[in-house]
Amino acid sequence: MIKAIPKPMEEIINYVQDCTKLLIAGCDGCVTVCEAGGLKEAKVLASALRLYFTQGGKQAQVDETSLTRQCEKEYLAQLSDRIDQYDAVVSLACGVGIQHMAEIYDKKVVYPGVDTCFLGVNEERGLYSERCQACGRCILAETGGVCPIARCSKRMLNGPCGGSEGGKCEVSKDIPCGWELIYERLKTLGQLDRFENPVVPKDWTTSRDGGPRKIVREDLRI
Amino acid sequence: MSAETPSRLQKMINAGHLAVTSEVGPPRSADGVVIEHKANLIKDYVDAINVTDNQTSVCRLCSLAACIRIKQMGLEPVLQMVTRDRNRIAMQSDILGAASFGINNILCLTGDHQHFGDHSSCANVFDLDSTQLAMTVRMMRDEGKLLGGYEFEVRPQMFIGAAANPFAGPNVAIRVARLAKKVAAGVQFVQTQCIYNMDTFKTFMKMMVDRGLHEKVAILAGITPMKNVGMAKYMKNRVPGIDVPDAIVQRMGGVPKEKQAEEGINLAIEQMEELKGVEGVRGFHIMAIEWEEKVPEIVQRIGLYPRPQLAA
Amino acid sequence: MRLQYPPNVRIIEVPCTGKVDIIHLLMAFEHGADGVIVVGCMEGDCHYMAGNLYAKKRVFRVKEILDRVGLGGERVGMYNLSSGMGGRFAEIVREMTGKIMKLGPSPIRIATGTAVRAAGEVAA
Repeated sequence: MIKAIPKPMEEIINYVQDCTKLLIAGCDGCVTVCEAGGLKEAKVLASALRLYFTQGGKQAQVDETSLTRQCEKEYLAQLSDRIDQYDAVVSLACGVGIQHMAEIYDKKVVYPGVDTCFLGVNEERGLYSERCQACGRCILAETGGVCPIARCSKRMLNGPCGGSEGGKCEVSKDIPCGWELIYERLKTLGQLDRFENPVVPKDWTTSRDGGPRKIVREDLRI
Repeated sequence: MSAETPSRLQKMINAGHLAVTSEVGPPRSADGVVIEHKANLIKDYVDAINVTDNQTSVCRLCSLAACIRIKQMGLEPVLQMVTRDRNRIAMQSDILGAASFGINNILCLTGDHQHFGDHSSCANVFDLDSTQLAMTVRMMRDEGKLLGGYEFEVRPQMFIGAAANPFAGPNVAIRVARLAKKVAAGVQFVQTQCIYNMDTFKTFMKMMVDRGLHEKVAILAGITPMKNVGMAKYMKNRVPGIDVPDAIVQRMGGVPKEKQAEEGINLAIEQMEELKGVEGVRGFHIMAIEWEEKVPEIVQRIGLYPRPQLAA
Repeated sequence: MRLQYPPNVRIIEVPCTGKVDIIHLLMAFEHGADGVIVVGCMEGDCHYMAGNLYAKKRVFRVKEILDRVGLGGERVGMYNLSSGMGGRFAEIVREMTGKIMKLGPSPIRIATGTAVRAAGEVAA
């Protein structure tokens, strides 16, 4: 899922300090799972902002809500009858949801309340780590189910590099060497023969390098 | 080592001589004279001079310009190229540019992560990795073709090199396998990571020989003389992928401070003596970090001076 | 035991401090508390394993938030006591009351006109 972390309070305050009517909009999707932008976090942010405005002697209304998914316009439509009353919206959805909110309500100022980080797993509560960079052409079949693009710091397709030591990446001892993980997994699967085939330069056009991407599925379109 | 190029380094290796290379690190300024000065210190003692490419991700005068300068001094440069900073367009362009000045050696590297350097907030590129860069150079040289498919007449005549680190993880076998992959990609010579753990290196070479890989790629053993015990400890603890056994740290620390530099040179000479007898070692790559003036002494003491003259 | 502690404290009972969330503490301030303390079981003695340890982290987070929004993190605190430490409880409440008295009323109460500077109350 998409992983995000709450933005620092002072950054959000800096965006909204001139507002008098503010909506904090959480999202029930990915950001709820990583506890960065669900209803609970929306309530906390709204309360904190009310405290901020009140202690500064300012009358401000800060309301909170959460939408099923901000990446779908049907759910964003739930705000249509009340969004006009607010000066601005702080969206706690991922970067996708924030942009979609700004796109659907194109006259409304929308501020980000989280920093969207990566596509990752919940290792445990409060510990999330990256697994996929959405390059658009999956090679996991060749690499034992471990992605070198997301998990090697140099996204090498023919690793491990010479800086890998004791199973750790040269960038940090907290990062497992992606290629060592691939090697161990291929060994477990009895597929080590794959390791010695040089992998040719990757076509990055399906990644960000091809410009903003779009999927058109005629079989699904109505 | 199939393709013949005009590289003097390649000719030296093919003639059966133990090759000697060393390196020059370009300055962190526009002062090109530094390169000439460093090259002049070592020129009569080595067959080719590597020029590092923004090593440890610290921004420096570019490898290509420094190589051209060395070439114009009548010497033999090895263009080091890392894939960290440039995409395939820029790298192929630089290879063509280098070849246009008669540069005939390239060392294909992925490069240290920028995290180590003086611009840790930069974006990295890594469009290719070192193995893919070697493939690319081979395609340009042998097929006269760019990665994009464009075909051209005047091809870069590059003797293709790469690095190998027998001491990095997960184990020696995978390091041999990885080098085999680079050989399959077109690598003809290899300069290894600095060797301090002789046992691991010998295990590595034995596996190379058992697979016959030593005949497909020329291994130049990496030597870095230690200046003092502090450097030994730093290399042991702080530099990723370098294996310094405790015995070496103890030996460096066991002599008075003013004798440590001499001890470091003695140690390097002893290692090189031992490496001369290791099957598959075809020469030495001496990386005397900010200590280029010691290269002549090392080459003389190991008995590899004067350098053999090749028939023109 | 007839232990004395200041009368301006409101006690809210919860089954475990693990139940206390960030929003509860913030709401207490929104409703006019000058200070809040969370009193949990001794560390290592939680009947639910780690409820008091979770509470400690949340209190720390609330301190950060209060610092950022201008109330000051020192208005919230976490203490660990066993049920047999009534004397210590009374002492802590007196200490916290004294501390809050020195800090003065919460800026929220000053701004909303329910207190003037130099007065002092504590809610726990």
